[in-house]
Amino acid sequence: MITSASTLPDPTTPAVSLRGVVKAFGTGDARTVALKGADFTAAQGELHLLVGPSGCGKTTLLSVAAGTLDWDSGTVDVFGTRLNGLPKSKVTAFRRQHVGFIFQQFNLIPTLDLTENVSVPLLLNGVRRHEAEERSAALLQRLGLGGKERKRPTQLSGGQQQRVAIARALVHEPRLLIADEPTSALDRETGHQIMEILSTAARSPGRSVIIVTHDPRTYGYADRLTEMEDGGIAGVHHGQALRDFISIHH
Amino acid sequence: MFHLALRMLLGDRAKYIMLIGGLTFSALLMTQQNGVFQGLLAWTTSHMRNMRASIWVVDSRVEQVNETKALRDTDVNRVRSVAGVDFAMPLFQSVLKARAADGSEKLIQMIGIHAGTLFGGPTQILAGELEQLRMANTVVIDELAAERLGRAAGIPLTVGDTFEINDREARVVGVCRTERHFFGYPYVFSSYDQALQFAPRQRKMLSMILAEPKAGLTADEVANAIRSETGLAAYTVPQFEKSTISWIWRNTGIPASFMTTIILGFIVGIAIAGQTFYSFVLENLRHLGALKAMGASNGLLSAMLLFQAFTVGLIGYGLGLGLTAAFGFAVADHGQPPFRLLPDSLIRTFVAILLISGFAALLGIRKVAKLEPAVVFRG
Ligand SMILES: Nc1ncnc2c1ncn2[C@@H]1O[C@H](COP(=O)(O)OP(=O)(O)OP(=O)(O)O)[C@@H](O)[C@H]1O
Ligand SMILES: [Mg+2]
Repeated sequence: MITSASTLPDPTTPAVSLRGVVKAFGTGDARTVALKGADFTAAQGELHLLVGPSGCGKTTLLSVAAGTLDWDSGTVDVFGTRLNGLPKSKVTAFRRQHVGFIFQQFNLIPTLDLTENVSVPLLLNGVRRHEAEERSAALLQRLGLGGKERKRPTQLSGGQQQRVAIARALVHEPRLLIADEPTSALDRETGHQIMEILSTAARSPGRSVIIVTHDPRTYGYADRLTEMEDGGIAGVHHGQALRDFISIHH
Repeated sequence: MFHLALRMLLGDRAKYIMLIGGLTFSALLMTQQNGVFQGLLAWTTSHMRNMRASIWVVDSRVEQVNETKALRDTDVNRVRSVAGVDFAMPLFQSVLKARAADGSEKLIQMIGIHAGTLFGGPTQILAGELEQLRMANTVVIDELAAERLGRAAGIPLTVGDTFEINDREARVVGVCRTERHFFGYPYVFSSYDQALQFAPRQRKMLSMILAEPKAGLTADEVANAIRSETGLAAYTVPQFEKSTISWIWRNTGIPASFMTTIILGFIVGIAIAGQTFYSFVLENLRHLGALKAMGASNGLLSAMLLFQAFTVGLIGYGLGLGLTAAFGFAVADHGQPPFRLLPDSLIRTFVAILLISGFAALLGIRKVAKLEPAVVFRG
């Protein structure tokens, strides 16, 4: 079920490719067009930041790319798989195998211990309980949470909880890692630690990390940065242009 | 994932206890009330187990065993002459006034049985001898009569003691065990002729005729023959039991009041379990949404909710049954209130608890099915 290195996609295939994506919420007076024909590309092996003013459509774009939200028109390809017209059950299976999620509020289940929380994606993919817990505990250890495997999330600090959430997002080795403002609930120092881990994760072959952020302190970790404005893409920066962008906004 | 579903539920101690408590109470109410009801229904036909006979012949207007309408004396011979009847014996039964040894008056269920055969007499004699009923002024009384008619509390009548029935002396020659009479009267047995002397004189004194089929014939066949040839009502034991219970259903408020309590138990279960489980799902909606985003299908999430609901359902059922059984053992010694736990009622309660749990799960499933996985990214 879980993709191994032998089935890695062609490294030149974009991790995520959105073409002319339109997404509107509501009808009549309440209708809001959140994406107005957005084109977006994220390459493999990169950490991609998505920035822009509040309400410009960042979360909406991320949700469409992750396969958790339907859109109205345009095409969506994720690692070469066209999501348009794919049955819901296939999209769900795709998320299960290939997407890891990190949420702003961590979203760990408070009644489960850390190992159990982390093991969820493995269990969903049919890995046996014993193996799932072993792999989860090993990953927690690597993320500096050794010895805390049987603690509850509420017994941890925010930064530790977010590391657990990262472990849960990575444990099944997904190709696409999606995070919506993963550092906004954390202090500066902890935020940097989290970004370190995420940027290391992005170096894995065949993986792409897309992060929505409001936090200019995270810009330095980006391989590429897409600026959004009013439902569309205002600019894509990398290399020298990215360094210029950072020096302006820092 | 199912072990995690269970851990999520167990982790919410308050709701878990509330769910188990509600379902236990519901199961207890349903089985216990049904048990008392079934026990009560059993009482209504205890008469037939105290005077065993295969065929009960009564006036055509009589529908239940606790009711009598006198027959003509000649009816005994009419029944005896029906082909297939092995023998038929007269039975007198009436509620009479007795004077206890302490002088107080008590009502008793007088039963007069054929002196020659003693057919219809009690089967469990604890002291004395049934045969002595053939002597004048003798009676065999049950334990309840012995106690009620005794000199004082704790000093029951025994063999050799006397008391009065309708101002006539009755000498106890035996004590027997009976099943409790529906109306709670103690049983006093005598010979048929003796019973007629105890009872106030009336034009017709024969209450019932007890009959047995000839070897090789069924009670059903012979009862049919008696009915068609004599115009009297003739019941086999199962028929009379059914007719008696049906009469109780049609003519008393007893079943309705028990059914009301049982339905109440069901509603209480639905209300508590449904409401508690639904709020459990609501509180976990964020996590269920996250599971959905991570690729848990609607089917899996529904199965998890059903598993949680059925787990508490089974535990509640088990506890409710345990409490009911404890109640049953506690009352078994007293014989009061009546109580009878039938496999039927256990199965019905089980189904009811499954329905309640299923309903509770369904409320959550509807909510989860409509949940968009994208909500996980919204504050
Ligand atoms: N479920 C929804 N129903 C109605 N309108 C929505 C919904 N989701 C988003 N919108 C609207 O779509 C627009 C884009 O929202 P989105 O959440 O994508 O913005 P964002 O860039 O993530 O903002 P923020 O930085 O505040 O998180 C906003 O106007 C928002 O109000
Ligand atoms: Mg947002």
